[in-house]
Amino acid sequence: MSRIFERPLYPYERSPDQDAKAPVRHPVVVVGAGPVGLALAVDLALKDVPVLVLDDNDKVSHGSRAICFSKRTLEILDRLGCGQPLVEKGVTWNKGKVFFDERQVYEFNLLPEAGHRRPAFINLQQYHFEVGLLERLRELQAEGKPVEIRGRNRVTHVEKDASGARLTIETPDGPYDLEADWLIACDGAKSPVRSILGLDFHGRVFEDNFLIADVIMEAEFPTERWFWFDPPFNRGQSALLHKQPDGVWRIDLQLGWDIDREKEMREENVIPRLKAMLGEEAKFSLEWVSIYTFQCRRMERFAHGRVLFAGDSAHQVSPFGARGANSGIQDTDNLAWKLKLVLDGRAPESLIESYNRERVQAADENILNSTRSTDFITPKSEMSRIFRDAVLDLAESHAFARPLVNSGRLSVPAIHDASTLNTADALPGGPARTRPGAPAADAPSGNGWLLGKLGGGFTLLGVDAKVPEASEVKGVPLRGIALSAGEDASGALRERYLGTAKQAVYLLRPDQHVAGRWPSYDPSAIAAAIGTATGGTA
Amino acid sequence: MSDLKTSPNLQDPDGFYAELLAAHEGLTKAESDALNARLILLLANQIGEREKLSKALAAARDITPQGGAKS
Repeated sequence: MSRIFERPLYPYERSPDQDAKAPVRHPVVVVGAGPVGLALAVDLALKDVPVLVLDDNDKVSHGSRAICFSKRTLEILDRLGCGQPLVEKGVTWNKGKVFFDERQVYEFNLLPEAGHRRPAFINLQQYHFEVGLLERLRELQAEGKPVEIRGRNRVTHVEKDASGARLTIETPDGPYDLEADWLIACDGAKSPVRSILGLDFHGRVFEDNFLIADVIMEAEFPTERWFWFDPPFNRGQSALLHKQPDGVWRIDLQLGWDIDREKEMREENVIPRLKAMLGEEAKFSLEWVSIYTFQCRRMERFAHGRVLFAGDSAHQVSPFGARGANSGIQDTDNLAWKLKLVLDGRAPESLIESYNRERVQAADENILNSTRSTDFITPKSEMSRIFRDAVLDLAESHAFARPLVNSGRLSVPAIHDASTLNTADALPGGPARTRPGAPAADAPSGNGWLLGKLGGGFTLLGVDAKVPEASEVKGVPLRGIALSAGEDASGALRERYLGTAKQAVYLLRPDQHVAGRWPSYDPSAIAAAIGTATGGTA
Repeated sequence: MSDLKTSPNLQDPDGFYAELLAAHEGLTKAESDALNARLILLLANQIGEREKLSKALAAARDITPQGGAKS
């Protein structure tokens, strides 16, 4: 039986567009059917925005790619309607251990707090993640939602103008042209769209090589992230072990800069390295081996007229911290609702500029964290190694040093404090974690969860405060949910939304970020806040 | 405000200095470097205040090898 990543899941089919006399125009064309392109397509389809996905391939991705999907990504998938099957398929973990030489020096729990539907992380092969999104896309297609995916449609030329872009696409039947009002490039770190348009992609290259192996084995290691500094089996370097579904384990071995990549990739050299780590008697087979070196960089802008960039095409980070695919999914979460409002004429085109600003801010945060982790993991000077080792030596017996241990600051969503879409915090005593710009925090609610009740539009959340069930502001529908802090015995709702306030009204954006909050429902304040959150002049 | 103390504040300066040297006695250069690093981290944690630490780093960097603070 062929593996899932060997099967064409969206094989090439000739489209009527290829026989049209003049190039057919589409409202939104997404280039790339990776996690980011698929998530965006599903999100837009759910919002009834017609979307066409083009991919140069016809299969999900194979090989060592993203494996750690964060709580926020899972919450976004829940909104898209495909979180549960992926969480069931994935390996759930919250705990990480750090080893130095032969000793365990540190152990952490990423989600020490109860009252969230989703765990801090699941591990899942990227191909399973893509299959989950693709199945959701097919489901929506079957329901008549306006989404289409075309396999083996490779973009070879792009011309952009004020009204959108014109594309030339190569197919097994030859080339054809298309037009798009909006072109979203989700085509990866080597983004052909970015190259065709000659756009910049600057940052820092890290001079290091990592051997990545996905091995299939029966092993009794617990479901935890294990990270080694300077272990006996990889002296002077680092190592990482992660469990994935189907008995697949991700192993990540730092190799240093001056190596013969081709030689290190050979199975006769890889196997002894893995045996040194897993034990001579370990029985395993290799699913995938690659050697990579990485960069931390981003485009100066993610929006170029009506050509937008999301995911790795716009920004790249080191893998430590699981900030690649997770930030790409958050890009789409941020963008989909804005595109919908602009296409519907409910918001000015300038709203898209807030996508650029908010996600550039998030990318900078990710790059900063990822760069710091890399500097800790791979000391660049003798003195930085001395300090790194001192931290690890102290961490074992002194708690104060543990927060300094940096084996990757794992992905958390950005808080858009400075966003122009925010309305100034008007809730005295409100908790910092749900201030304007922050993503809504989950909490138990009735038999379910708060985030599950929010839906995909603007929401008014009243906590011990009255809000209307349904209203409309300048054509933007607004759903109201009233909850009582007393109903949640755990106290999480109170702690996360009231703080010391007696009652609160939150305005949540369609991507569940807080746009504003007040002590009570004030229709004129809400109307003004929606105007601000949809890019109107504040 | 968290001003960095640069006026005398050490109790028993001679005694402290002797203890500092004694702690390094018999250590190789590498062991001494590691001890210094651990000591800096312990003291930094004791100070805690981020701004004060920045001022201490700046003050340490501002001394030229010939002695005296840079103007």
